[in-house]
Amino acid sequence: MNKGEGLRLYRTLTLIRRAEEAIRLHYGDDDMKTPVHLSIGQEAIPVGVCHVLPEGSPMFGTYRNHALYLALTEDTDRFFAELHGKEVGMGRGKAGSMHLCEPSRGLLATSAVVATTIPLAVGAALAQAYRHLRQPVAVFFGDGAAEEGVFWESLNFACQRSLNLLFVCEDNGLAIHAPAADRRGFSSITHAVRGFRCCTATADGSDLSAIIEATRALYRDMEAGKQPGLLHVSYFRFLEHVGIGEDFSVGYRQAPSDQERRERDPLIRFSSHLLSLGYHPAELRAIDVEVDDQIRGSIARARSADYPPAEALYEDLWV
Amino acid sequence: MTETMTYREALAFAAAKEMDADPTVFVFGLDVPDHKRIFGSTKGLVEKFGSDRCFGTPLSEDAMTGVAIGAALSGLRPVHVHIRADFLLLGMNQIANVMSSLRYMSGGALRMPLVIRAVIGRGWGQGAQHSKSMHGLFGHFPGIKVSLPTSPQDAYSMLRAAIRDDNPVILLEHRWLYDIEGSVDEQYLPPLPGPVMVRQGTEVTVACTSWMTIEAMKAADVLARHGVRLEVIDIRTVAPLDETPVVSSVAKTGRCIIADYDWLYAGFSAELAARLAHRCFGLFKKPIERIGFAPVPCPTTRPLENLFYPSAVQIIRAVERLLDLDSIDLSQESFYSYEERFKGPF
Ligand SMILES: Cc1ncc(C[n+]2csc(CCOP(=O)(O)OP(=O)(O)O)c2C)c(N)n1
Ligand SMILES: [Mg+2]
Repeated sequence: MNKGEGLRLYRTLTLIRRAEEAIRLHYGDDDMKTPVHLSIGQEAIPVGVCHVLPEGSPMFGTYRNHALYLALTEDTDRFFAELHGKEVGMGRGKAGSMHLCEPSRGLLATSAVVATTIPLAVGAALAQAYRHLRQPVAVFFGDGAAEEGVFWESLNFACQRSLNLLFVCEDNGLAIHAPAADRRGFSSITHAVRGFRCCTATADGSDLSAIIEATRALYRDMEAGKQPGLLHVSYFRFLEHVGIGEDFSVGYRQAPSDQERRERDPLIRFSSHLLSLGYHPAELRAIDVEVDDQIRGSIARARSADYPPAEALYEDLWV
Repeated sequence: MTETMTYREALAFAAAKEMDADPTVFVFGLDVPDHKRIFGSTKGLVEKFGSDRCFGTPLSEDAMTGVAIGAALSGLRPVHVHIRADFLLLGMNQIANVMSSLRYMSGGALRMPLVIRAVIGRGWGQGAQHSKSMHGLFGHFPGIKVSLPTSPQDAYSMLRAAIRDDNPVILLEHRWLYDIEGSVDEQYLPPLPGPVMVRQGTEVTVACTSWMTIEAMKAADVLARHGVRLEVIDIRTVAPLDETPVVSSVAKTGRCIIADYDWLYAGFSAELAARLAHRCFGLFKKPIERIGFAPVPCPTTRPLENLFYPSAVQIIRAVERLLDLDSIDLSQESFYSYEERFKGPF
């Protein structure tokens, strides 16, 4: 990682975190009428994977897509406009938080129905093979999605066809409030997929450098073995499943200690890493300030933007 | 005994009653036992009946629907709960290819006392994948009973009737109805009930489903102040459909609006309109009016959501057309009041 790269990665991570902190701050005004599944704790996964894969690689995600969307686009204008339901939002107010996409940057689809985009990514990888291209495709999904039949059907087909597809399981050990042990008849996903002809790797979701390293190695294996890959990344979901609050008090899981909070926070981890490499605190602070400016501007523009006109209801249905 | 309770409480109360009465009844589904309890509608069940009879599942709707069918074939009475009706689509093979037809294909040898409860979402950006009702779609398959309880009494009586029914029943519960309070007579236990007249009138019949009943009652209140009396019929059970109460009403009014909580195309409103056109031929003074969702996927932003969903306003405008009235000034009325109250997220 050269210096410029380190600062760019720091900027992307910070942009995602500060954008979501801004959502938390302003949500109570009720101008963003859309259920938000925040990514605090998870940011490093898409940032790391998107950093490794070639630019423009087709990507798919879930309703917990803010980090993926911002990692690929860094476009807080269209992001906040969409959360505010405005005409200039990325989906003209028809997507909301749960369906963000940006085809021009490779993000083809996300979905509010769990596991839905996994086979779409297989189809995108099939299209690559069909055209004799080798651009990789990536799909991000939660640990709960691996319980759906469609995950196994998709994995099987991708392996049988040796597709150039990276499955990224973002494992927070929870599906809403249900812990993995209440849902799984297997101990780990990487273990469970062992019989399939695919490469696997694991990484700690709070460590951006580790994610980048694991993705690189896995991608090399995939290229060498002409096999799909499964990257399993565990992370800590700091907030409630949907919404802006913490919910440690309701009893289904324990609050982390202060030390755990620091250890599981990808932004804290990555900034200390950079500082230990000799980056100057002022360089990072300058990025923080610049990012906050960008977000403040985006929110102000989103607020004053127009809602879509009535005709928009019927537009965009047919080509 | 009659008690006042909310719709969500009535659902939990009904489930507890049936679980008490019959040890083969169990309630399962994603999130059923967590602290939110499907918006409170499964509250108290896991405490009272334990985790053998009230439990969560993996995210596996297809398999879990099959599991429910297999358990029902084996003499149990499962209640499979979904926090959104949209997720039923993942279990559609089991619903449409198996649940609907197994008894028929067995020459009547099999029984499937199985209930699927699912919540219809709306508002605050639910969007295209968290807002479907699909009662017409489910009703399309012979062999499935499909009901949409509207009042707390309906929620209570219809869930109990559905559990007791030896046929598969899908209950679709509108999210906004959960907060509605009403009196519930716990002794009122008819078999799965069909259409009910919820307001008597003379000029126009409004046949409605689910939340549209609330909108029709609002329209009726407004119109009553302008001397127009709507007769409002809540269909409640769309399959099998008993349209006779609507036919009798049309015989009196000669005018009918079908206000369905769904898209119009090939939906329940089309079915009811076809039946009325046949049975009331010659009675109509004006063509049937149909009101439903705009023919697009549900958008998320509020201004487009308001245009997407049918409301009391459209019912009033349709009444004006049917009665050749001048446009009523609605500027002093408040509509969409629930939209302001519902703050999400789901
Ligand atoms: C098919 C389907 N079933 C149920 C739901 C309701 N639901 C939304 S998110 C979620 C949990 C998913 O957990 P996971 O895949 O681990 O993702 P996470 O939210 O933890 O990122 C559930 C059950 C849904 N959206 N889609
Ligand atoms: Mg999870």
